[in-house]
Amino acid sequence: MTLKKTPLHAAHERAGAKLVDFAGWEMPLHYGSQMEEHKKVRAGAGMFDVSHMRVVDIRGPQAQAFLRYLLANDVAKLKTEGRALYSCMLNERGGVIDDLIIYWLGGDAYRAVVNAGTADSDIAHMQTVAQDFDVSVEPRPEFALIAVQGPQAVDKTLPLLPEDLRSAGELKPFSALWNDEWFVARTGYTGEDGFEVMLPAAEAEGFWQALLDAGVDPIGLGARDTLRLEAGMNLYGTDMDTETSPLTANLGWTVALKDAGRDFIGRAAVEREKAAGVQQRLVGVVLEGRGVLRGGTRIVTDAGDGVVTSGSFAPSLGMSVGFARVPAAAADAERLEAEIRGKHLPVRVVRPGFVRNGEPLIELPSG
Amino acid sequence: MSEAPKDLKYTRSHEWVRTEDDGTVTIGITDHAQELLGDLVFVEAPEAGSSLEAGTACATVESVKAASDIYAPIGGEVTETNAELEDSPEKVNESPFEDGWLFRMKPANAADLDALMDADAYAAHVEAES
Repeated sequence: MTLKKTPLHAAHERAGAKLVDFAGWEMPLHYGSQMEEHKKVRAGAGMFDVSHMRVVDIRGPQAQAFLRYLLANDVAKLKTEGRALYSCMLNERGGVIDDLIIYWLGGDAYRAVVNAGTADSDIAHMQTVAQDFDVSVEPRPEFALIAVQGPQAVDKTLPLLPEDLRSAGELKPFSALWNDEWFVARTGYTGEDGFEVMLPAAEAEGFWQALLDAGVDPIGLGARDTLRLEAGMNLYGTDMDTETSPLTANLGWTVALKDAGRDFIGRAAVEREKAAGVQQRLVGVVLEGRGVLRGGTRIVTDAGDGVVTSGSFAPSLGMSVGFARVPAAAADAERLEAEIRGKHLPVRVVRPGFVRNGEPLIELPSG
Repeated sequence: MSEAPKDLKYTRSHEWVRTEDDGTVTIGITDHAQELLGDLVFVEAPEAGSSLEAGTACATVESVKAASDIYAPIGGEVTETNAELEDSPEKVNESPFEDGWLFRMKPANAADLDALMDADAYAAHVEAES
């Protein structure tokens, strides 16, 4: 199979990227050192080509009604034009089809950004559900997406934006503004301040080069993964999928059950699960000793085994952290054990989320 | 292209072996191996005094990406480990053939070294694997 290429593919090659297959796209894993790229985002500014993610526009008189039925979070919460909401899209069994960000563009228009690996099946699902509504679901593959993240990201990006979008510096987190061609959102996947910018593919290389010239380094998907893990953000397909419910993926907060009159796909299943008692929970784990937690690492508890869903060395902390799905009865323990190469090593249990705006959220061992 | 010094011996599992003047051998991982692993974060070397059989997993190197076993290239007794790697595992990335050595051994049988690959054979092996 030929891998798909983003409009920035040539720029990645010029920068010496190690390119890998990611969900059918040839994407940069790193440009030399994943560790240095990670630290650059925490300390300065870095940029990610995320053009493999898919923009989907939803428009029509029943757009809101459609999205209130399609998504587990409630778009009726979006009261200001440009505001965004993070939501899961569930199947009837309450499993997660995908997680996405949805923006209200005003009136009866919304814009979603979905994951690359699930884009085609997401769109097929959306279009099937849309048949019962007066609404159109339109993928916008012509956009390139560039995320600029880090404490210096906003300052470095603003002067490079089209003039009519430079007020983006005043955007609140999870808000966007746009013109006819560009769309700028104060969102990201790193736990740092920054923007995610959608722009016409033809302008992507020019903008990327201008950012490079401004001292923003390109960052690969390797560092993107360790940054989001430190930030306590789930990765679809790793921390949740069609067989896991949001309640067992630390995503209960994104399921809006308040409006009892709102039916949405998966609601009945989620409510049944809640009533019966959630059996497993996703917690944060910190390995203070030597070693690295990896996806699949066994977690040993008195209430039965758990498993690390995402785990890595955390470059900002100098130790390994992860998310672990454990029996609910063990989720409030202070410590559990991880089995690494036959040895049982103690791990501290914390809320998922280890670094935010460059600062550790967890207590670090002294010394 | 990663380098492989001519004066070393190599294994198929990407360790290198240098014979020192005193007859001991120094063992590390090749430039190619460190490149595949990416940034190293932990090195777990065998304890000095332990005796190893050729081909047994005796050490672990962990990068941000993955953990990888290190195999004893020959049989013998471990005489020393590189203590500097405890705090600075990145030395393996920066200097795989010099400062980033992993451990030293006294070979049980020095002739075992002849079974290992020379630099040219190793380069061909790397080529064939990629």
